[in-house]
Amino acid sequence: MDNSGSNEEQAPRFESWGRYPKLQADVVPLHWAADFPLQHPPASKQLPVGLGRSYGDVCLLENGTLLETSGMDRLVHFDAATGMLRCEAGVSLQQILAFAVPRGFFLPVTPGTKYVTVGGAIANDIHGKNHHVAGTFGRHVLRFELVRSDGARFVCSPIENPEWFAATIGGMGLTGLITWAEIHLRPIVSRKIEYRGEKFHGIDEFFALSQAAASEYTVAWIDCVSTGHNFARGIFMQGDHSETPGPLTKSKEPKLTFPIDLPEFALNRFSMATFNSLYFHKQLGKQKIGPVDYEPFFYPLDAVLHWNRIYGKQGLLQFQNVLPHESGREGMIEILKAITKSGLASFLAVIKFFGDVPSVGMMSFPKPGPMLALDFPIRRDVSFDLVDRLARITLEHGGRMYSAKDARMTPEQFQAFYPQWQEFSRYVDPGFDSAFWQRVTGRRPLVG
Amino acid sequence: MADRPAAAAPRRVLALGATSSIAQATLRLLAERHASFFLVGRNAQKLAAVRDDLLTRGASAATAFVADLDDTGAHPAMLAQAVTVLGGLDVALIAHGVLGDQAEAEKDFAAAEAILHTNFLSAVSLVTWLANYFEAEHRGTIAVISSVAGDRGRKSNYVYGASKGGLNIFLDGVRNRIDRAGVNVLTIKPGFVATPMTAHLPRGPLFAQPAQVAKHIVRAIDKRRDVAYVPPFWALIMLVVRSIPRRVFKKMNM
Repeated sequence: MDNSGSNEEQAPRFESWGRYPKLQADVVPLHWAADFPLQHPPASKQLPVGLGRSYGDVCLLENGTLLETSGMDRLVHFDAATGMLRCEAGVSLQQILAFAVPRGFFLPVTPGTKYVTVGGAIANDIHGKNHHVAGTFGRHVLRFELVRSDGARFVCSPIENPEWFAATIGGMGLTGLITWAEIHLRPIVSRKIEYRGEKFHGIDEFFALSQAAASEYTVAWIDCVSTGHNFARGIFMQGDHSETPGPLTKSKEPKLTFPIDLPEFALNRFSMATFNSLYFHKQLGKQKIGPVDYEPFFYPLDAVLHWNRIYGKQGLLQFQNVLPHESGREGMIEILKAITKSGLASFLAVIKFFGDVPSVGMMSFPKPGPMLALDFPIRRDVSFDLVDRLARITLEHGGRMYSAKDARMTPEQFQAFYPQWQEFSRYVDPGFDSAFWQRVTGRRPLVG
Repeated sequence: MADRPAAAAPRRVLALGATSSIAQATLRLLAERHASFFLVGRNAQKLAAVRDDLLTRGASAATAFVADLDDTGAHPAMLAQAVTVLGGLDVALIAHGVLGDQAEAEKDFAAAEAILHTNFLSAVSLVTWLANYFEAEHRGTIAVISSVAGDRGRKSNYVYGASKGGLNIFLDGVRNRIDRAGVNVLTIKPGFVATPMTAHLPRGPLFAQPAQVAKHIVRAIDKRRDVAYVPPFWALIMLVVRSIPRRVFKKMNM
């Protein structure tokens, strides 16, 4: 069942969310900005990491030193008049929400989990359901401090050290350690989201709904298992922060933890098809409208801690790409056909249109057009072949893939997706490296 | 017992060892209730970071005071200053301490003495002053972070354990003296907590996060408890550990 025959080594101390690849590294917790640079610099390269919610190897470094930043979790200042929050880089979005919601503020951009740090959100220049109006997280970052492994420290903003600002946003943690950042929160008057869910059948209905949607938040769940007349069915979900004053309480912490690694056979074509059908029919009518709490709207999976264990200890592969508008329809159909044919898709497929708000990061992922994200269980040969094929289709259609979700891009693919990579590499800290960066610059072979 | 006496009222909190992870997490919860703070620690930069964090989270005031708590001679002046700055005290949280190096302490008395001085003697000095202060006020809480390690001497950490065990007995006695004056003495016994002090230990399932431990500490302060194992399941574990017969225990590798 293992990918490499006998593989009963000790689990690494730090895993990415996909739990693949598994790479051993030292972990040094940082609790204070002054803890870095390390007093006794390691012989190996270093990489700052947050809560390990990126999926592939962007937060890993074999035989290196991972600087765990989640202990740097202090708030520094909040201005309730402007919504400006300054905090240390290890503060999580969950901690920000617990602080901000009772004060009538919300994150400017949030991904599908609140268990990421501010440093990680900047390093991967994350996006959310409001990308088409708000752009990426980096657009709402006012300033941050960057500390290099030689001890040099500088404040970066669009006007102070702007080239370092651009290189560090989306810079995958490679340009230095972010110690604190200032972000702009947005006001809300209620926890509630005015929600509207609509069923669709096929890509064209999804495209039409996306065009017509006027909400701040839009996203669609898409069935990547069913074929025939159910091909590419889904639920188009949109929402806006309620404008009716309502509860502004702190969320309760989840009590559920997925307890065990499921065996490989638990996720199969039958169980996936059943799940997808149940999910599609959970919403009974064609439309569902009404207020919902922000937690299930933004973070349905956060309710169960360690849900990645459902994929078993061998882990999962995540795939996320974006295609340009011109080839979007054709390309997505080709990709969805390849996925349904493989029978490997799971229940967590998401499709959305990115907008044309430019990203500030040099290496940011989003660009205008449809994007698709989903997970695959790791099955020897089949999963890797499928993801490799999806990467080729993405390249042929002029799209790109997301580093934070990737474990499979080849150097050729990465360098075609991100032709600015050579310019970016000038900003990489000489003391820093990552397994991802080694792979996409041709210094580390693809395994599996 | 009433669950939330004075929970809504602002409180004046003295924190000794304010940059410790458990102290920080506990103070954050009190900051949300708009408490005011006098924060003592060794490192000015770290203290300033803690002060800013608490002020941002809702503290009505916070003063940072740099001191090495090993210097017991400086305690009375420092404590008097805390009383002046805050306009009186409601809660004193003693949170400083060192784990030390057991192997070194076995060979070298000076190393053992340093552990005992920081964890035991300096706390005795602080509690002596604070007990007299609160006794005269006829109210207040002295909350001290001890450890489950003080419940029984174990071969792997008995010097640290002795410093905390001695502290527990001292606090028991002080409690019996000043409880009748309306002063609450709370002995807090954390198990494994994921902090810089334990960063070198492999993280097993018994490890708790500081934020989780802090909730139990604040609850124990509110309820005016005498002793609080945090998280509470440690009460059960230590009951078992204490009940192992000595002839068996001495053969064990704990």
